[in-house]
Amino acid sequence: MAAVGLYNYWIVVFLMMAGFYIVIAHDNLVKKIVGLNVFQASVFVLYITFGKVQGGTAPIIAEGITTYSNPLPHVLILTAIVVGVATTALGLALVIRINEAYGTIEEDEIHIQDGES
Amino acid sequence: MTEHLAALQVVIPLLCAPLCMLVRYRDWSWIVALFGSWACLIISWLLLQLVMVDGIISYHMGNWAPPLGIEYRIDKVSAFVLLIVSAIGAVITPYARESVRAEFGVNRVYLFYTAYMLCLCGLLGVTITGDAFNLFVFLEISSLSSYVLIALGKDRRALTAAYQYLVLGTIGATFIVIGIGLLYAETGTLNMADLAKRLADQPLSRTIGAAFGFLVVGISLKLALFPLHLWLPNAYTYAPSVVSAFLAATATKVAVYVLLRFLFSIFNVKLSFGVMPLDSILLVLAVIAMFAASAVAIFQTNLKRMLAYSSVAQIGYMILGISFANVNGLAAGIIHLFNHALMKGGMFLALGCIFYRIASVNINDMAGMGRRMPWTMGAFVVGGLGLIGVPLTVGFISKWYLVLGALERDWWFAAALVLLSSLLAVVYIWRVVEVAYLKPVPEDAPEIEDAPPAMLIPTWILIGASVYYGINTDLTVGVAKQAAQQLLGAG
Amino acid sequence: MDGGTAVAFAIGLPIFGTILILLNDRYPNIREAITITTSICLALIVFGLVPEVTAGGRPGFVLAEIVPGLPIAFKVEPLGMLFAMVASGLWVVTSIYAIGYMRSHHEVQQTRFYACFAIAISSAMGICFAGNMLTLFIFYEVLTISTYPLVTHSETKDAVKAGRTYLGILIGTSIAFLLLAIIWTWFLTGTLDFTPGGILKGKADGPILGLLLFLYMYGIGKAALMPMHRWLPAAMVAPTPVSALLHAVAVVKAGVFTVLKVIVYIFGIDTLAGIGQDDWLMYIAAFTVIAASCVALTKDNLKARLAYSTVSQLSYIILGAALANSLGIIGGGIHIAMHAFGKITLFFCAGAILVASHKTEISEMDGLGKVMPITFIFFFIGSLSVIGLPPLGGSWSKWYLMLSAAEAGQIIFMFVFMLSSLLNIAYLMPLVARGFFAEAKEDKHHHDDGHHGEISFWNGVRFGNIREAPPFCLLAMTITSVGCIMLFFYADKIYQMLAPVAGIQG
Repeated sequence: MAAVGLYNYWIVVFLMMAGFYIVIAHDNLVKKIVGLNVFQASVFVLYITFGKVQGGTAPIIAEGITTYSNPLPHVLILTAIVVGVATTALGLALVIRINEAYGTIEEDEIHIQDGES
Repeated sequence: MTEHLAALQVVIPLLCAPLCMLVRYRDWSWIVALFGSWACLIISWLLLQLVMVDGIISYHMGNWAPPLGIEYRIDKVSAFVLLIVSAIGAVITPYARESVRAEFGVNRVYLFYTAYMLCLCGLLGVTITGDAFNLFVFLEISSLSSYVLIALGKDRRALTAAYQYLVLGTIGATFIVIGIGLLYAETGTLNMADLAKRLADQPLSRTIGAAFGFLVVGISLKLALFPLHLWLPNAYTYAPSVVSAFLAATATKVAVYVLLRFLFSIFNVKLSFGVMPLDSILLVLAVIAMFAASAVAIFQTNLKRMLAYSSVAQIGYMILGISFANVNGLAAGIIHLFNHALMKGGMFLALGCIFYRIASVNINDMAGMGRRMPWTMGAFVVGGLGLIGVPLTVGFISKWYLVLGALERDWWFAAALVLLSSLLAVVYIWRVVEVAYLKPVPEDAPEIEDAPPAMLIPTWILIGASVYYGINTDLTVGVAKQAAQQLLGAG
Repeated sequence: MDGGTAVAFAIGLPIFGTILILLNDRYPNIREAITITTSICLALIVFGLVPEVTAGGRPGFVLAEIVPGLPIAFKVEPLGMLFAMVASGLWVVTSIYAIGYMRSHHEVQQTRFYACFAIAISSAMGICFAGNMLTLFIFYEVLTISTYPLVTHSETKDAVKAGRTYLGILIGTSIAFLLLAIIWTWFLTGTLDFTPGGILKGKADGPILGLLLFLYMYGIGKAALMPMHRWLPAAMVAPTPVSALLHAVAVVKAGVFTVLKVIVYIFGIDTLAGIGQDDWLMYIAAFTVIAASCVALTKDNLKARLAYSTVSQLSYIILGAALANSLGIIGGGIHIAMHAFGKITLFFCAGAILVASHKTEISEMDGLGKVMPITFIFFFIGSLSVIGLPPLGGSWSKWYLMLSAAEAGQIIFMFVFMLSSLLNIAYLMPLVARGFFAEAKEDKHHHDDGHHGEISFWNGVRFGNIREAPPFCLLAMTITSVGCIMLFFYADKIYQMLAPVAGIQG
């Protein structure tokens, strides 16, 4: 029962591993970025899960409500999302430049070209 | 004014970055960057003086009291690292003018200075902050800007190198975030001092253990600890000359600082080295790094790549010092942070001078370089002697304390290994010396002058400092010993 | 000038000379005048220190503190005084010789040669006067690095290869073993000052001291204890003045001098004799004495033969030190001086033969004594001194070393010394015999030395059938040969000077 009750964490672990796998296993540079995003997203979910208090609502002071969820992780994750977006943008920009330079975004083909030059 | 020094340390380069972007006229952005980096140096020097006299400086960002608000916290360790980073920045900026113009073209230089200022800001921020999550943010500022800086390299392989670094760096950063998140879940605070206090009272739980693991792996990726160093050689090889010098001298150093901060200040010695067997793990990895990376360096034809592998080996020395977990060992690690920044920075700058003249850093093009560019090659050789650890250079001081730390820990075999591994440095440095001094200048080689003074002087400032601090160790050993005592005392 | 200042000048003067030499790159005459002047001034300064040191004074000064509690400090004591006298005195002679040799041999890069030479001398002075092990180590390394350009002087493939061996062994052993030993000593005792009676007494038990001794002895690669001797024959690709002064005097003697220093002032002879961990050292040294002599027999190249002879002679001194009694130390100390004069004479002759007749192999030198009689007479004198026959200086040091072996009750080493003397005769005398008594073979190169341009008096003394070396070379050889003879009569002075080191009241 306890294991099921913590299903959020199972999702986090699944996302994390899936993202990590994509980064490692795929040769396509764009797919790697996608994997990286999934990987980061799992951490966002993890943080938000920490912040959730059983039975708590949004942290807005209102009549009759005494339990609130912790708002701090949300704020932190907003920052982390910004960082993630910047990383993705930069990564994709690099992929475009690589495509211009090599004419491909497949890692193995890039390796072959570098081996020749 | 003085009470806001801590904030200015980060704010000045942060403001200089967009300013560089706006001032595109000729290389006025260079002047902005020059102002920014020198201001940082002055501030960090003042901060070090303050810290040595008054002890820890705590600055509350926006006047929000910690542990809720973000705190900037400067103790001896961070003040020392701040000085290293800003000093390297201040020396490299004057050098950058000629080199960057030659490698990017006048129209694009402002892009370089923008990213450079952001990177400086990030590195200084990582060092100065007393808040764990803030540390992550600054780490990403510095990392993202360094991906950009590396991608600016002329060779197209710079792009793939930057991409590879981006992927691995982001994984490392994400690991760090997970670790910080787990710590927050366990303790409910993000302030480092507060974290340390709460962790000291708590028994080891699985959450803390997991946080510890994630953090150590994540930081090790950032500092290129063997075998997580794969991003480093390509990145340093294909980055523009200035960037290689700057990153080699600062980025990994700051990452080592972060490791120190987490292992000793946030977790404590008992947890890091008693409950967790991190000392033996670090010892083994460091020794492998020292030998494997040095051995690989011997076989490189690209000299920048050779220095990059040598960096991996030198990081091994720092980590080895940390793994001893005693005052001498830790001091050796901290001293080597400083010393290696000087030597490696200077050597990369020397290679930059060569690249400026002959557009190559391949060993086969170095024939007779000792005669063609005597001052530049001289700097390279003196820096190389430092890497070997010849007395009267800083490398000797590092080795001295490292061996002392090993003997104190009764790990005499580690002491012997430190010295044996420096023999590998003899091989890879002397290979270059032989080609540069004992091979005749090729017949078809064009007449070249030595590098312009604007590049030679900064190179020799770093190299000269690497000799000066090998003789006068008041600053380095003095600060490093106190810093080590403070780190160990906290545990 | 008080003692401390004189010491500072002794180390600083050659450096100053180096700068002047570099500035006068284009004016060979001025450059060489500077070398000679510097060397004479240095010798005067060093000899000026002698009265103070023999009177029991220990002048010195502290330069800078590298590691807290561990300064770069200088302090003159008799052993270092003796070595400094030998090195600085012979530098004057070698400078004279080098002018004749380098010019008539048309060497390249002469400025670099003289500059590196001066730095090497400065570091040799630093080694002589070092007040603690760290200072000694620093100058030891500077000496290695400054002599590297001299070894690879000709920039040929062979020279590069020899340079690798040279640097590899010397830097390798010093960093891997010597530095470890030094730091370990510092760790155990908290000091590295050279202290009469040693600093390690009672600081560690026997096996650790034995290990330290091993690290020190093999760390000091310059002492050429087998199997760490390979660098010395390799270094013979250097021009002859380098082989003569550096690889028969300054560098190798710096090695054995360090050995003596370590045994006298770091271990202390009583401590070393007490723990009985040095037997292996005696046997290795004895083995080196014999084995190197045997190798020398097989070498046809004159300089290589002399190099192996040096390896053998160095181990005399190590053996003397390992015997760990007063006579051994004194014998070793005296041998530094005696062997220096003898061997430098031999090397000067080898260089003179090369310059005058372009010959390097012994088998080619048949009948050469009739063409170069003066050189061969000097060679004969030098050989006798190295063999150790009276009335030449070399006889005294062997005498004391034999006495030391007898006192230590190690009769076997007396036989080693005797056997080695016989071997010395076997590898040195044939050349003299061939030169004077064998018939010259037909040699087609004999008369074609016109390719070096105008034959002038300064490039070689010619008289009838006689084709001697340049006059500068002859002058230098005369001085050292006379020195060999004089030392026989003045050995007592050296004994008196060294007595306090060995704990004898002179």
